[in-house]
Amino acid sequence: MRNSKPILLLEDDTVDAMTVKRALKDIKVLNPLVRTANGEEGLAYLKDEKNEKPCVILLDLNMPKMNGIEFLKVAKGDEKLKKIPAIVMTTSKDDKDWIQSFNLNVAGYIVKPIDYQKFVEAIRIINLYWTLSELPNGVQEVTNENIETDTACRR
Amino acid sequence: MRTSRPILLVEDDSVDAMTVKRALKELKVTNTLVLQTNGEEALNYLKSEENHKPCVILLDLNMPKMNGIEFLKIAKANPAFRQIPVIVLTTSKDDRDKVESFQLSVAGYIVKPTDYTKFVDAIKTVDLYWTLSELPNTGV
Repeated sequence: MRNSKPILLLEDDTVDAMTVKRALKDIKVLNPLVRTANGEEGLAYLKDEKNEKPCVILLDLNMPKMNGIEFLKVAKGDEKLKKIPAIVMTTSKDDKDWIQSFNLNVAGYIVKPIDYQKFVEAIRIINLYWTLSELPNGVQEVTNENIETDTACRR
Repeated sequence: MRTSRPILLVEDDSVDAMTVKRALKELKVTNTLVLQTNGEEALNYLKSEENHKPCVILLDLNMPKMNGIEFLKIAKANPAFRQIPVIVLTTSKDDRDKVESFQLSVAGYIVKPTDYTKFVDAIKTVDLYWTLSELPNTGV
């Protein structure tokens, strides 16, 4: 990834979470992986000021308590969280799921390959793309205050 | 790209637009490239029912009439277009542009490499990613 901030994974399945961890390790991605098991836990992590905001969110859709779509509705409606790119990683090929996800402005919708080598390749492409792309959290929080200071400096 | 829908490029600089076209050709990306030279033209293209909706939008930021950020504000508020992934392709490294773009839900923000080979590599990565990812399949 472009910066060293954590990757937030929302995944209820322990085996699937381990596969992501292993794939990231295999391709030598150094960002720490923070795993939460559903949308509610994911939001709790994001809202806790003590936690570092992630560079990207990898999001499963079918989860108990609060699923991926419900999570997106809340996160994409929150001014502080909406800028973090969320990439859906799911087994669901349901048209309704991806239409809804893109309407909620996900930055990718990836159907998890079952074969491990193909899965690693998918993670490699995700990492390549989000290393090429700038990330909103690599930069300092832009508040009205530093905009004013910045403009003042330019004058 | 995953689908055969056109790629919409919003770019006022004709040399930059040709570079994108050339890079796509070199990478054998077969999607048609539709060029619009500012945000206003791009919105008109999207609004016309006769036109195929693009699979992705590659968006420059600094443009006359309606710039990239202004375009995003309108496009992302319209339920008919908001699902189309928009990837910013710009020379601007300004932090404010980055944050504002991501606040407006872009699906990538790429600072254009000036070196052509690196530029082709960047387009290759964009193509790889949006071939791996599903794409919304709505509209005409």
